[in-house]
Amino acid sequence: MIHARALEKRYGDKRILRDLDLDVGQHDFLLVTGPNGSGKTTLLRLCAGLAAPTRGELELTTPRGRVGYLAHEPLVYRELTALENLDLYGRLYRVPERRERIGMLLERFGLWDARHAHAGSFSRGMLQRLALCRALLHEPDLLILDEPYSGLDEDGALLLDSELTDRTQDAAFVVATHDPQRIDRFASARLALA
Amino acid sequence: MTYLADVGALARKDLLLELRARDTLPAMLLFVVSTLVVFHFVLPADSSDVAATGLLWVALLFTALLGLSRAFAAEREQGVIDGLVLAPSDRSAIWLGKALSVLAFLVLAELIALPAYALFFERVDAALIGGVALADLGIAAVGTLLAAMAAASRARELLLPLLFLPLAIPIVVGGVGASVAGEPARYLGLLGLYDALFAIICWASFEYVVTE
Repeated sequence: MIHARALEKRYGDKRILRDLDLDVGQHDFLLVTGPNGSGKTTLLRLCAGLAAPTRGELELTTPRGRVGYLAHEPLVYRELTALENLDLYGRLYRVPERRERIGMLLERFGLWDARHAHAGSFSRGMLQRLALCRALLHEPDLLILDEPYSGLDEDGALLLDSELTDRTQDAAFVVATHDPQRIDRFASARLALA
Repeated sequence: MTYLADVGALARKDLLLELRARDTLPAMLLFVVSTLVVFHFVLPADSSDVAATGLLWVALLFTALLGLSRAFAAEREQGVIDGLVLAPSDRSAIWLGKALSVLAFLVLAELIALPAYALFFERVDAALIGGVALADLGIAAVGTLLAAMAAASRARELLLPLLFLPLAIPIVVGGVGASVAGEPARYLGLLGLYDALFAIICWASFEYVVTE
């Protein structure tokens, strides 16, 4: 899925990542930790194919339509409703039985009653739930999650725990977090960035 | 068919966003009408029609620039471009969907601007309308690509006019020529050629603009 050798990423003069080796296989769960500014988000963007390394080798074998990416931003249009956002992504990501899948995810993440509300009116926690629905919508083979518990209340966090439990057999994960204890039990590999 | 469905979904989304947020088209309308009003008072009464036509093109070009500066605002502010770029669809569909919505905003602005021009200056003829229509295609094609490039930059407000205005010179030459020349066909041909050439270039190069 992801094979990286001597990976380096620079933005201008600033070196964000250096000499990084990485292998993520089909059912692996890579837990990425590190302080602010250590390059977690940059690494995740590289793994998603959203950025190219400055140096080194990076091989991504997962087709881009099979990647689920959860970023700091929810990647949804605030003027569209939750349903409209997911419908747009469902069309673009070629989700079979789109409406049923969207309905199931909205129900599961507790957003069914708010499905016709504009995403701009959502709280931080609701936006994170919607972002999770978006990232999981097309049942990706590789899930790249940047601080997935951010903004979630305890109910939301438990929902995400259960989603991770269900999905670890079907997908590979690269997850960056400041709270490694919460998901350490899922991890098959750990990477601490300095 | 899937490609066209993607383009349709993306363009429809942009029109829906504008219908709800109303932050681009009203600004374009207000700008183009107030610019024409200003030009009406600035231009001496005995000025030629050619000067008025030139001012119309200035107004249209800067109105387009105003719309283009907002073209990727939602994607930029909410980071949505990453979600679109990761979709399995051809990335040029993002460009084409956005270019179609930009084109729709331009046409809507001109539905007000051209009657206002006729009211303040001179009547609008078929050659002028043909020139404006062909210019719109070029502006939408080139402007959308440049707006995406500028959106990825920190100095986007500066970058877009700096990139767009030099590339819009052939549009102005063709548009003004078609509006004032006795034989507008040559200038309309120039605009058509520009549209075709730059649409192909923008379509093929958009992928490299939205990825690092």
